[in-house]
Amino acid sequence: MKFEVLVEVRLRPGIADPQGATIERALPALGFAGVEGVRVGKAIRFTVEAEDAAAARAEVEKMADRLLANPVIEDTEITMVGDDAGGSPAR
Amino acid sequence: MSGRIGVVVFPGSNCEHDVVRAVSLVGGAEAELVWHGDASLPDVDLVVLPGGFAHGDYLRPGAIARFSPVMSAVAAFAAEGGPVVGICNGFQVLTEAGLLPGALQKNAGLRFLCTTVPVVVCSTASVLTAGSIPGTELRLPINHFEGNYTCDPETLARLRAEDRIVLRYAANPNGSTDDIAGVCNEAGNVVGLMPHPERACDALTGNTDGAGLITALVLAASTRRPVLSRPG
Repeated sequence: MKFEVLVEVRLRPGIADPQGATIERALPALGFAGVEGVRVGKAIRFTVEAEDAAAARAEVEKMADRLLANPVIEDTEITMVGDDAGGSPAR
Repeated sequence: MSGRIGVVVFPGSNCEHDVVRAVSLVGGAEAELVWHGDASLPDVDLVVLPGGFAHGDYLRPGAIARFSPVMSAVAAFAAEGGPVVGICNGFQVLTEAGLLPGALQKNAGLRFLCTTVPVVVCSTASVLTAGSIPGTELRLPINHFEGNYTCDPETLARLRAEDRIVLRYAANPNGSTDDIAGVCNEAGNVVGLMPHPERACDALTGNTDGAGLITALVLAASTRRPVLSRPG
């Protein structure tokens, strides 16, 4: 079976995010008030062939660990499209 | 007889010839280029991972380069005590490969920095700074977008306690934790730094402040000191 995957790569809490800070400063200048906690990450989408959703998720977790994120500064959240369990943290 | 220096070339490296010229100019040493796709290293005494944009810096700087075939050989060489120095992009590759702690984040000011900055030698417990005097201020070129050294508080405490912060910026240009410009591993044989000492070796270009560090590399290659003793 083919599964659609969304991997969100985010800076871990406490890691400074210069891009997020810049956006947060820019928004009020455009009249958007009340915005807080802007964090910039990456969204990586692909499909993966696997026996079932659990196997697909296990495979994607390994990909996230080895390549998609740098665990020193980044966390990942994996969402399997059509997965009943919905998104859950990879680590 | 000087030691043999290998300079790894990834697709997108662009400072390899600067390193080859610098070690020749200041130390009379010969360096050879090593293609990233080679699964083994030639008979070398020191390995340099040069600056540039290995594999286009896609995903993250160093994220793809760490899986280049040569990196397994570099890791094995380092594990045996072989000196390995990563300059700029090479530093990023070493952190991604787990050969050095921490990570290099985007600069705090979100600007690509191409300038010369004052850097202070903080530790002599590395192959790069073995011949330096602590406290010496050097003016060295920097040329990076992702040079903002980041690590967790435990790692920082360890780096400080073990005297592994080899270089600090005198005026922090990029937001690096604790002004860190370069760190080494526990044994001191693996070093990474964001500044480019190889670009400050020729009086013709107006700055020879990097010559001492490059000389230390040439000496490390010629004596092939596997593990440096640490003061105290």
